Amino acid sequence: MRFLFKTSYNQDVGLFRDKVDLFWYSLLGVAALGLPLLMSTYYVTEISLVLIYAICGISLMVLVGYTGLVSLGHAAFLGIGAYAHGYFLKIGIPWIPSVAMAVVITTACGLIVGLPALRMTGIYLTIATLAFALIIQEVFNHWTAVTQGFDGLPVAMPVIFGISVSKANFYYLCLFFLVLSLWLTRNLLRSPTGRAWVAIRDSEIAAQSMGVHLAIYKSIAFAYSAGLMGLAGALYAHKISHLAPDIFNILLSINFLLLVIVGGLGSLHGTIFGAIFVVLLPPIISILRDEIPASLGAAATSTGIAAIGAIGKAIGGFLAKPGVEAGILGLILVLVILLEPLGIYGRWVKIRVFFSTFPMYKRATFKRQKSYMKSERLR
Amino acid sequence: MLLNGVAVGCIYGLVALGFVLIYKATELVNFAQGDLLMLGAFVAYMAIAWWGWDYWLGFGLAVVVVALFGALLDRSVLRKVIGQPQFAVVMLTIGLGAMFRTFASVTWGSEIYTLTTPFDGKTVIAGATFSDQYLSIVVGTILLCGTLYAFFNYTRIGVAMQATSQNQLAAYYMGIPVKLIFSFIWAISAATAAVAGILLAPVTLIDINMGLAVALKAFAAAVLGGFGSIPGALVGGIVIGLIELFAGRFLPDGFKDAAPYVVLLLMLAVRPQGLFGSLGRKKV
Amino acid sequence: MSLFQADNLSINFGGIKAVDGVTFDVAKGEVFTIIGPNGAGKTTIFNLVSRIYEPSGGRLVFDGNDITQVPPHKIAALGIARTFQNIELFEHATLLQNLLLARHAHKTSGFFSELLFLPSVRRKELEHREAVEKVIEFLDLQQYRDSFIVNLPYGVRKVTELARALCTNPKLLLLDEPSSGLNVEETEDMAFWIQDIKNLLGITVLMVEHDMKLVSAVSDRVLALNYGRPIATGTPSEVQSHPDVVRAYLGG
Repeated sequence: MRFLFKTSYNQDVGLFRDKVDLFWYSLLGVAALGLPLLMSTYYVTEISLVLIYAICGISLMVLVGYTGLVSLGHAAFLGIGAYAHGYFLKIGIPWIPSVAMAVVITTACGLIVGLPALRMTGIYLTIATLAFALIIQEVFNHWTAVTQGFDGLPVAMPVIFGISVSKANFYYLCLFFLVLSLWLTRNLLRSPTGRAWVAIRDSEIAAQSMGVHLAIYKSIAFAYSAGLMGLAGALYAHKISHLAPDIFNILLSINFLLLVIVGGLGSLHGTIFGAIFVVLLPPIISILRDEIPASLGAAATSTGIAAIGAIGKAIGGFLAKPGVEAGILGLILVLVILLEPLGIYGRWVKIRVFFSTFPMYKRATFKRQKSYMKSERLR
Repeated sequence: MLLNGVAVGCIYGLVALGFVLIYKATELVNFAQGDLLMLGAFVAYMAIAWWGWDYWLGFGLAVVVVALFGALLDRSVLRKVIGQPQFAVVMLTIGLGAMFRTFASVTWGSEIYTLTTPFDGKTVIAGATFSDQYLSIVVGTILLCGTLYAFFNYTRIGVAMQATSQNQLAAYYMGIPVKLIFSFIWAISAATAAVAGILLAPVTLIDINMGLAVALKAFAAAVLGGFGSIPGALVGGIVIGLIELFAGRFLPDGFKDAAPYVVLLLMLAVRPQGLFGSLGRKKV
Repeated sequence: MSLFQADNLSINFGGIKAVDGVTFDVAKGEVFTIIGPNGAGKTTIFNLVSRIYEPSGGRLVFDGNDITQVPPHKIAALGIARTFQNIELFEHATLLQNLLLARHAHKTSGFFSELLFLPSVRRKELEHREAVEKVIEFLDLQQYRDSFIVNLPYGVRKVTELARALCTNPKLLLLDEPSSGLNVEETEDMAFWIQDIKNLLGITVLMVEHDMKLVSAVSDRVLALNYGRPIATGTPSEVQSHPDVVRAYLGG
C-alpha cells in the first residue's frame, strides 16, 4: 500500500497529488498522443467521438455531479453549439472566432434557461430543461434560414489559419479541447466556485448561511455547463459533418446522463470512463449481433447439439430487432443505479483499494449507510 | 372542436394524475408513466384484435394486467431506491421506460395498429355533433375520477393512502402497512395510465412511442397544476389540451408542439408552484 | 456593550405566532442561551437571525447596523455564523472541503481568475487553508481531515459543524442545540470548547440548548421562552428557579 506523505498545503491545491500521480498521468498523455500512430484513420475518428463525448460529460458532470442540478435537455445545448458553429462557418467566419461565438451563444442560452431555474428545485428544474429542449428542437426544425431544417446543414472539416485539418489530426484538435476543458473545470473545482457548487448540491440552506449566493452560483454552473456543451457541439458538427434537427433529441440528452451515471457521479475521471462506455456500446452490440449466432452456430455443428445454434439465432434475432439498443441502455442504467450508484469510477476505486490493501480488504469499507425515507419535499 | 381539445386534455390529465399520485405518496417521479400507457394500449389491442375478445373484456384485462405490473415494479425495483437522491429515481424510471418500449417492440412489433372500438359513431347533443371517440374519453375520465374520488374518501384503504402520503412515519406507527400502500398506489397509477392509453388508442393509433409524447405533455400538465394537486393535474391537462388545439389552429406550423412547453416554462418562471400547488421550505 | 439586539421580533406561520414580540440583547463576549420547551420558538429565532425566515415584525441589530433586510447569504460576511440542529454538513465532501467552504465569505477571486487558477487564487487558497488548519487544531479534528462526512460518526459531525462555523471568522456564533445527540462525555467536551471559544477566541455565543447542565456551565445569561413569548431573563440559576419557567416545563 502506497502512503501519501503531505509536506505542503500546495500538495492539496495542486493538480497532481505527488510525483507518482504526475508520472502516471504523463504516461496516459503520451499514450493519448501516440494512439493515432497505432490505429487506422477509421478508429481514430471514432475515438475523436469519445473525446467529444467526454467534453459533454464534463459539462453535465459539473451540473449534475457537482451542483446537483439535473438537466434533461443538454442535447439542445449541443445542438445550439453545433448549429451556431455550422452557420458561422457557412457565412465565412474563420474557425476560431466561429467556435468562440458558438460557445458564447450557448453560454448565453444556458444563462437564460438557468434564470427560471433559480427559483426551482429538484424535479421542476429537470422538467424545465426538458421543456426547453423540446422547444429548441422545434426551433431547429422550423428556423430554416439558419438550420436549413430537414435538408440539413453540411459542415466540412475545420480550416484553421488556412490549414485544413485532416481526419487524423481532428483527433488532436479534440484531444486539445478535452484537456483544456478538464484543466479549466478542475481549476474551478479546486477554488471557491467549485466548493460552492458542492455545497449547493449537499445542503442549500447551509451553503447560504456560509455566504454562498445560491442564484449566482447556480447560474454560473448552468452557464459554464452550457458553454462547454457549445464547445463540444462545435466539434461534434465536424464529426458528424451533416447537422439535422432530429439528432439533438431527448434520447441524446438521456445518453449524456447515462454517461455521467455509468462513469460515476461527482468525478471527472468518470466522464472519460462514461464517454468510452457510451460510444463503444452500440458497436459492441452490433458485433455481438453478428458474432453470437455465428459462434454458437459453429459450436452447434461441432458438438452436434442443434439447440445451441437455435439459441444463438434467437439471440442474434433479438439483438437485430429495432429499438433493442435503447432497451439495453435502459437495462444498464437500471442496473447501475441499483447496484453501483458510483458507476465505473466507483468500481475502479474499489478494485484499486482491493489490490492496494490485499489481503486485508474489507467489504464494509464501501458499505453505504442504509437510509430510509429522506424527504426532499420541502415542508 | 372544443371537445377534441378537452378530450385530449383529459388524457394528459389522466397521465398527470398518475404522476401526482405517485409523487404525493412516495416523492418519486415516474418518467415511465407514458410507457405504462403504451403497455395498456398494447395489451388491450392484443386481447381484442389478436385473440378476438370483447372490447370491454380486453379493456378490463389490460387495466388489471398493467395495474399488477405497476405493483410488481414497485415491489421489485423502486422500493430499493427509496431514500436515494431523486435524480437516481428519475434516471431509473427513464431506463425502465426504455426497457418497456423495447419489450413492446419485440413482443408486438414496431408497426402502427388501429384499435376498433364501439365508439366510431357520432352523437348529436343540443344540436351539435360530437364524435363518439372524443366523447368516450371525456366520459371515461369523469367516471374514473369519480371512482377515484370515492375510493380515496370513503374506503378504508383510500383513507389509509391519504394518511400515508401526508406522513409516512405516523401512518406506519398507526399500523398502516406503508409498503403495501405504496404498491397499491403504483397499481392505481399504472391502471390510470392504462385506461388513458386505451381511451386514447382510437385517436392516435397504437405504436411503441405513443406514450412518450403524451407523457411529456402530461408533465407540463402536472406542473401547471402544481405537482402535488390531483384536481390541479386534471385542470392542467385540459388547459394544455386546449392550448395545443388553439396553437395548432391559429399559430404557424410548428407552434402546436412547442406551445405547451412555452407555457410550461413561463409558468415555472413566474409561479413555480403551479396553479394549485404550494411551495414549502426545508426545516432546519 | 451589546453586539446583537433583537427588538420586538415576531413571526407568524399561518395565524400561529411562533415568535411573538421577543426582545433581547447579547453583550459582546458573553454566552447567551435561549431555553424553552419544545415548540417555544427557539430555532425559529435562529432562522430569523440568519435571515432564512422573514420576520413579520421587529428589528434585528448587529454591531450597530440594522440587518433586518440583509439577504441570507450576506450574513456570514457580516460575522454571524451558525450551526444547525440536525446537522447540515456537505455530506459528500471531505471535512476539509466543508471547512474551506466556510471561508467563502472571505473570497476575493473572480470567476475568470479561478478558471485559470491564477497565482493570486492559489495564494488565497493557501491562506484559507491556514485559517482552516487553525480551527482543525483548536477542535482536534486532524485525523478526520480527509474523511468524507458520510463516513464520520455523529459526534464528530457535530464538532465539524462547530468547526465550520468557526472557520467563517465570526463575531457572533449561533449554536443550535450543540449537545443534542451527544453522549455525556462529548457534551462535556462541548462545554469546554464553548468556554474556550468565548475566552480564547473572544467570540460571542448565542445558543439554544436543552441540556441544563451545559447551560448552567457555560452561559452568562439565559432567556426562557414559552409559546414564542419571553418569560424570564437572567443568570442560569435565576431563570431556572423562576416560577413561570418551572410552570412552563412542568405544566400546570
